[in-house]
Amino acid sequence: MTVSPDELKRRIESEIPGTRAAVSGDGHHFEAVVEGPAFAGLSRIAQHKLVYDVFGTELGDRIHALSLKITPTEDR
Amino acid sequence: MSEPASNPMREALQSAISENPVILFMKGTPDAPACGFSARTVAVLETLEQPFAAVNVLPDPAIRQELSALSGWPTIPQLFVRGELVGGCDIVLEMYDNGELQQLLGMDADAAKGQAVGAGTATDGGEPAPLVIENLL
Repeated sequence: MTVSPDELKRRIESEIPGTRAAVSGDGHHFEAVVEGPAFAGLSRIAQHKLVYDVFGTELGDRIHALSLKITPTEDR
Repeated sequence: MSEPASNPMREALQSAISENPVILFMKGTPDAPACGFSARTVAVLETLEQPFAAVNVLPDPAIRQELSALSGWPTIPQLFVRGELVGGCDIVLEMYDNGELQQLLGMDADAAKGQAVGAGTATDGGEPAPLVIENLL
């Protein structure tokens, strides 16, 4: 079953409160531009892990690759 | 973290990571990367003329499985510097672009260059090593 960019967007936004995501992809390889207050103060590794954790073992499997560009925003 | 006492693959990975100041786990080899993300990460390290060790995770699925269990990072490539996970392709590229990677690699200060880090030790000897480390240090 292929994955839609829309599904990824919805899941990122619903599982990481306050986050906005723009996702594009071909069903296997995806690129996501993500921003939100949840990333503020975290190391890059931790920022990426936060998003990876939304998908768990689907990464590398159902979702072959997910390229991330993450911007922390101020919480307000 | 409670792991079984004996996990040869995990131990081999752990020693590879601690023995090589710059080590990249990738799909394919630096000369023949098998994935665009691995290729881009190699390209960054080569652009910096940074010596690094490389491990191809493709020959045995257990390498990747244990590596991800060890690092908590689900995808390949994974770059480690001085025993610490730096990240995958996105992070390496971003850090290269803003100069953080060069800083981390000590390119301004005393570089990790020229360290006598067991070149060849990983693949020496008669028995097949669980990991083939292409040592480009």
